[in-house]
Amino acid sequence: MSTSYLIKGATTAAGEGGVDVLIRDGRIAERGRSLSAADAAVVDAAGLVLLPGMVDIHTHLREPGREDAETVETGTRAAALGGYTAVHAMANSMPVADTAGVVEQVHALGRRSGWVDVRPVGAVTVGLAGGRLAEIGAMAQSRAGVRVFSDDGICVSDPVLMRRALEYVKAFDGVVAQHAQEPRLTEGAQMNEGAVSAVLGLAGWPAVAEESIIARDVLLAQHVGSRLHVCHVSTAGSVEIIRWAKQRGVNVTAEVTPHHLLLTDELVRSWNPVYKVNPPLRTDDDVTALRQALADGTIDVVGTDHAPHPSEHKECEWAQAAMGMTGLETALSVVQHTMIDTGLMNWSRFAEATSVLPARIGRVQTQGRPLEAGEMANLTLVDPAARWTVDPHKMATKGRNSPFAGLELPGAVVATFFAGHPTVLEGRLNAPHPDAQKD
Amino acid sequence: MSVPSPGSGGSVFRTVLGDADIDRALTRIAHEIIEANKGSEDLVLLGIPRRGYPLAQRLAAKIARTDPAADPERMVGRLDVTMFRDDLRRHPTRPPGPTRLPPAGIDNKVVVLVDDVLYSGRTIRAALDAIVDIGRPRIVRLAVLVDRGHRELPIRADHVGKNLPTSSAEKVRVRISEVDAVDEVVIEGPA
Amino acid sequence: MKHLLSTDGLTAADAIRILDTAEEMAVVGEREVKKLPALRGRTVVNLFFEDSTRTRISFEAAAKRLSADVINFAAKGSSVSKGESLKDTAQTLEAMSADAVVIRHWASGAPARLAASDWIDAAVINAGDGTHEHPTQALLDAFTLRRHWSRIAGRTSLGEDLSGLRIAIVGDVLHSRVARSNLWLLTTLGAEVTLVAPPTLLPVGIESWPCKVSFDLDEVLATHPSAIMMLRVQGERMNAAFFPSTREYARTWGFDDERLAALEASPAKDTIIMHPGPMNRGLEISSAAADSSRSTVLDQVRNGVSVRMAVLYLLLSGDDSAQPTPAQEARV
Repeated sequence: MSTSYLIKGATTAAGEGGVDVLIRDGRIAERGRSLSAADAAVVDAAGLVLLPGMVDIHTHLREPGREDAETVETGTRAAALGGYTAVHAMANSMPVADTAGVVEQVHALGRRSGWVDVRPVGAVTVGLAGGRLAEIGAMAQSRAGVRVFSDDGICVSDPVLMRRALEYVKAFDGVVAQHAQEPRLTEGAQMNEGAVSAVLGLAGWPAVAEESIIARDVLLAQHVGSRLHVCHVSTAGSVEIIRWAKQRGVNVTAEVTPHHLLLTDELVRSWNPVYKVNPPLRTDDDVTALRQALADGTIDVVGTDHAPHPSEHKECEWAQAAMGMTGLETALSVVQHTMIDTGLMNWSRFAEATSVLPARIGRVQTQGRPLEAGEMANLTLVDPAARWTVDPHKMATKGRNSPFAGLELPGAVVATFFAGHPTVLEGRLNAPHPDAQKD
Repeated sequence: MSVPSPGSGGSVFRTVLGDADIDRALTRIAHEIIEANKGSEDLVLLGIPRRGYPLAQRLAAKIARTDPAADPERMVGRLDVTMFRDDLRRHPTRPPGPTRLPPAGIDNKVVVLVDDVLYSGRTIRAALDAIVDIGRPRIVRLAVLVDRGHRELPIRADHVGKNLPTSSAEKVRVRISEVDAVDEVVIEGPA
Repeated sequence: MKHLLSTDGLTAADAIRILDTAEEMAVVGEREVKKLPALRGRTVVNLFFEDSTRTRISFEAAAKRLSADVINFAAKGSSVSKGESLKDTAQTLEAMSADAVVIRHWASGAPARLAASDWIDAAVINAGDGTHEHPTQALLDAFTLRRHWSRIAGRTSLGEDLSGLRIAIVGDVLHSRVARSNLWLLTTLGAEVTLVAPPTLLPVGIESWPCKVSFDLDEVLATHPSAIMMLRVQGERMNAAFFPSTREYARTWGFDDERLAALEASPAKDTIIMHPGPMNRGLEISSAAADSSRSTVLDQVRNGVSVRMAVLYLLLSGDDSAQPTPAQEARV
């Protein structure tokens, strides 16, 4: 089996054409033009864009505990197919990833699968219960080397606890990724509160429930001099607050999901729970503001919030349905569709938002690196001219809950190189990294 | 329902009754009804919409001309049989029309059902069921302008304006001025 | 029309067709034999995930008067409460060859979900879903209004809409499926609607609704509306801080004796007082108002059966799948 690959004639994220990249022993051995290497397998990249391997800051892999929804194996296969070389696995597993033991288990599962770099996220509070801090230090110092801490799915709503968490993670160069949702304002909430919820008679999730927490948290982060990351920003008001905070020098980063860049709460009129998600789909104005914010950097990164659910959790009444959507295998296409094909941003900014900055937020040293000799070869090769129709039944994720089902989208991942190894070739799963620690 | 345009499907049209024929036929039926009933006492004419109802009104007027004691207004009713049909599920939904009985009702009356065409007999079967649900007449009789044969149920008319031997490939169109702006009976058949 | 899920989107022509059919059904209700054979051999399932004896017996009476077989499936205290899903329940009913499912559900959208799924082929009739809609209630209210005002005008109600009528809907609009269904239907039929409620009981997003909104009941009553529809207020709303006390609510937004007296003293002699029931006497409506000659509460109950007969008949009697296209019809 060849361990050398020669990517021929790619266009870089910066727009430079005709670039060849030689991958050898996991690293970029050479970057240049008209390269040749007799022992290397050639990958024809004419017309393709070569990106740094995508890094998801927000993934739910469900294992341990909900292996019926997803496993590390299936979730990371989906990630590789989506062009990812690293994912941050959220802490709301069962048991919750609130101890060194659980994060090391998730980390080990990722190593064993070998499709992407699995970076466990640690819980902020024990059991995500919002009562007392989890053992953040132990998780940071474990073999998993956790840097991102989040109670995602649940807001750290207690202001004192949030303050302490922000302060405490500083000791480990960590970041608190907040799921901004004021719990009292969203009791029983089923969808965005507005014109559509008024007609449908569904309890509303007001924008202010997100914005008030973000406003509080940026002030807290400034006060204690900490790093704050805001998960899945969904409203125009949140964008304004984050923009204001950044102008004041607050160390805050923010993420937006692909689905919030495309879909609106009008879809809830179908009553199809595939559109039920937290934070909820908002309005056209919010979508416009989010796109603008991602383009101008107010929102730093794209995070999928990939949330697979078994079908019985969606084949039911809206109010009974679980919240969440799959996203790993559609993220690139949705972002190309909403941001690049609309002219709002270029592939260079795409690389920053899907790789460079998420790696930096998560302190993932070997990801989101420049296309230079000596760097770890985490790369994604994209055909921007491809078009395909989303079919959840053909996906690698166990979740069939894609809100994009049936939609024709641009852009396809042709190859994914994870640490120099092609996990995806010709748009299909190839093989996990040979260093994967199989039992 | 459909009004054939000339020449569509190669149909040919044959007018079998004109307005004078129809009037004569109704006059004769009116006399038969009075004779059978020995006057107009207890007589109720229930027209089956659409065309049976105006025909019942015409018959009542003729009866009143013969028997001045008769009040045509209080003699006529309309009987909608939509919800009693046996072919509801074979057709798109039909909203029911109004059923309106004379003020004295139909209990112990002599009810004459009036319709334009007697064909399979299924409409009359539905009408008989509808009558059972709204009262108990002493006698029920049937008057039709045209009997075209091809009965599918053991039903026959007591008073017939005209017997028209037809093939089942033909269609009998009764047009009366209250509904169709003209009085005529036309047979439409394949060329 | 295959299902009746909502009055939002119901055309005026369809609504009038239902109301006109209900008029014929009402005639049947006055006969000695209150039965029609139209739905013989059809099976109607009353699938109730929420208690509502009055709505269930109204649908049951309607289905039985049309000779349908009725199966009552109270999902409370059954396998459903033991975790059986709506999907499994629906598939069970499908296996039992239900032709129509009359569904009452605490969750908004459950009937629409059922209708859009491939779990069951039956016609779905929404008998009230969460805080979304209650279309047959709105239809019976429209029927009651149309009959009353046609009689005053000395006209037959057949074929009529509600243009020229001004309706005040008063109370907990936020949580009311009756208010929503009525607003869409009454405005479609040409009536003007004013919603009257404390601001806490109006939904965010109401600005786009085709109605006026007022916080002042007396001001609205002074305009002599054609009808005042009082909505049920649940006492537990008080605990969720929607209003300070039931006493304050009754005084400010209830139809109390003072307001009844003011109405009696006004020239609005034909204004009716409506309530979908069950009433909280002394809260949103005083006993004197509920029992006054203006109250149509019992007419509404009576008309409910006629309207539900009309809906069942129109949804179930024909075969709309094979509706001939104009081209096909021309060839007949």
